[in-house]
Amino acid sequence: MTESVLINLSTAILFLPLLGFIVTLLLGKKVKSVFLFEVFILTVVLIASVVLAFGKLSYFADDKITAEFEWFRLTDTFAIKLGFLIDNITVLMLFVVALISGLVHYFSIAYMKGDERYNRYFAYLGLFTFSMNGIVLTHSIIMMYMFWELVGLSSYLLIGFWFEKKSAADAGKKAFLVNRIGDTGMLIGILILYITYHTFSFDQIFSSISAGVLPFNSDFWLSVTGILLFMGAIGKSAQFPLHVWLPDAMEGPTPVSALIHAATMVAAGVYLTIRIFGLLTADAMMFIAIIGMLSAFIPATIALTQNDIKKVLAYSTVSQLGYMVMALGVGAYKFAFFHLVTHAFFKACLFLGSGSVIHSMHHEQDIRNMGGLRKKMPLTYITFLISSLAVSGIPLTSGFLSKDGILAGTFAFGSLTGYWIFAVAGLLVALLTAFYMFRLVVITFHGEPRDHHKFEHAKESPFVMAMPLAVLAVLSIFIFYTPNPVSAEQGWFLTKWINSPELHTPNSTRFDFMQSAEMIAQTNVSEHSTVLYSEQYSEAMHSAHYPAMFLSLFAAALGIFLAFAFYQWKKVNVDKLVSNVKPLYNFSFNKWFFDEFYQKTFVTGLFGFSRFMSWFDAKIVDGIVNGSATVTHAFSTFMGGFDKYVVDGLVNFMAYLSGFFGLIFRRVQTGKVQTYIVLVVFSIIIFFFFF
Amino acid sequence: MEVGLNHFLVVSTLLFSMGIYAIVTRKNAILVLMGIELILNSANINFIAFSRYGNFGLQGHLIALFVIVLAAAEAAIALAIVLNIYKTLSTVNIDEIDNLKD
Repeated sequence: MTESVLINLSTAILFLPLLGFIVTLLLGKKVKSVFLFEVFILTVVLIASVVLAFGKLSYFADDKITAEFEWFRLTDTFAIKLGFLIDNITVLMLFVVALISGLVHYFSIAYMKGDERYNRYFAYLGLFTFSMNGIVLTHSIIMMYMFWELVGLSSYLLIGFWFEKKSAADAGKKAFLVNRIGDTGMLIGILILYITYHTFSFDQIFSSISAGVLPFNSDFWLSVTGILLFMGAIGKSAQFPLHVWLPDAMEGPTPVSALIHAATMVAAGVYLTIRIFGLLTADAMMFIAIIGMLSAFIPATIALTQNDIKKVLAYSTVSQLGYMVMALGVGAYKFAFFHLVTHAFFKACLFLGSGSVIHSMHHEQDIRNMGGLRKKMPLTYITFLISSLAVSGIPLTSGFLSKDGILAGTFAFGSLTGYWIFAVAGLLVALLTAFYMFRLVVITFHGEPRDHHKFEHAKESPFVMAMPLAVLAVLSIFIFYTPNPVSAEQGWFLTKWINSPELHTPNSTRFDFMQSAEMIAQTNVSEHSTVLYSEQYSEAMHSAHYPAMFLSLFAAALGIFLAFAFYQWKKVNVDKLVSNVKPLYNFSFNKWFFDEFYQKTFVTGLFGFSRFMSWFDAKIVDGIVNGSATVTHAFSTFMGGFDKYVVDGLVNFMAYLSGFFGLIFRRVQTGKVQTYIVLVVFSIIIFFFFF
Repeated sequence: MEVGLNHFLVVSTLLFSMGIYAIVTRKNAILVLMGIELILNSANINFIAFSRYGNFGLQGHLIALFVIVLAAAEAAIALAIVLNIYKTLSTVNIDEIDNLKD
């Protein structure tokens, strides 16, 4: 196994889904079964990504493999290069994408059966997989941006897949537009990086930062650049305040929600933040942590009251993504990626499970019409339950490990810097998450059926739908990540598979705990060092581990207990409780009025602004143009008049004068000789008289 | 009373005036020509008079003779012109001969 094998494998993994997309799209109308080609391609990609991950982790565990070629060159200094950066995170992420994409392909075979655009759906899935692989594999920020927009496109196409429905078409548009806001910030960040470093490659940017080159020579601008790049993540990962598109994106087919809007594309924002982690200063990380905290907390409160099974999961996704972002903000880099991977599996499982329920209930999505499905759909129930346990953070699941790690990170951060709010928010969100997930489980699967007609027809999904559920549920168990069910610290995932992050920012801009001991001791060591985390930090992390674990366990157990008490045993009258806190309930049920707020402010404001601009255009700009035209016209009229009456008048007057005198003098010219003689004589007489 | 220069001049002035009068008032071209003869002769009287009373020798006489010759030539030509006018326009009334006007 050599590096070139890995690079060739990566190339194949990147381009095979593109081939699948093109073939499926072109032959889609002619050949009914061309979707099987796409499914086959994804199977190949999945196998290739397993081989790649195995090869990389076994033989090149500590290496960073890069390959690049020049795409095009505009000037001597400006050339755009495409290439791969293959480290452990890349191959793990590729595996996650390929696996979930493959499973979603299988699942969709049954789920989408009978759809009139069946083949086109698979083509779009291929396009998405291609773009997502591009994001994961890229070595440069500009190539990432290109694929970033491509996943945005495929997301748009798939959200609006049933574009006959106005709500679906609108949701696609909303997702696209909201993403643009974040992407604009990201593009500005990329441009700042380019004008500073004249390269787009992550490695070269990082080594320049290590060498002390900063944007505009200031720490402040380095922070700003980090935050601008992170704006791309805010859009793509549906972070506060741009989280509003993700719940609406549930208008797309449910397997798409599982693939794009739960597991992979929305995690791309987190992946981006992981990639640019090396240039984040303490200020930027603080900003990221706050955004993550808000995104974890706000959607968790909204999810409590939603009745659409997919909406609950969507808000849960935003909340968990917020968790990951918060983890990055507080420096728990490894756990953020760990949570990304575990979350991808169990949230994809939850979404596919909800797809299975929706499929068997004939596209019923309201959980108030469900109930008792446990008996009809045992496998779906079991897998859904395991994933719910994982997302709630119950021991023996992968979610417990990653969530516990993030909480420990926030605890350590709190004890080292004094900002305990992230730990508090983390625990609160853990409680809320456990509550709303089990509210969902209990209402959907337990109790008595509420809609008997639909319940009668409900049945367990076929094998192609059940198999992905089973695979993903199994992957939500701890054993794949670490042998120790209560701590992942010593597991192979964190110690062997994920490389330690490197920080390239100047020492003075980092959190204290991110400066290594020798750097603090010897002030004269190099100002820049890629060493990350002090001894102090690992101690704090270590001592935070058990308190964080017990507190999070307690929070999760309390949440689950409350959910059962409310909805299973009916110890508390939920309706009465709701009517007691009606304003709060409405606030949550209406999603904190974000959509209304944006509608009132930005949309209305924008319309108002557009109307103002239109008015400005019509009245002022056109007015100026018309005014100048009027002035010119008036001036021309004046000049015309002047020409006509004054200049021509003068000429005509002269002519007239000549004519007038001519008229007078012509009298003399009678043609009669005698008259002339008289005149001559008189003239001579007068002449003599005077002289 | 002795006849002096002034008497000659008065006679010549009268002659001249009558000539002018004839030129201006006569309608017949022949009569107009006769008026011209009168003017020429009044000029001759002046020449002779000034020659007699002034100290000019025979110069006045000579010019008078020259004028008489000239008047004869002029009459011959002018009468030929009048004849031609009459041939083309069938009239010698100069009021009707105003083609110059056009």
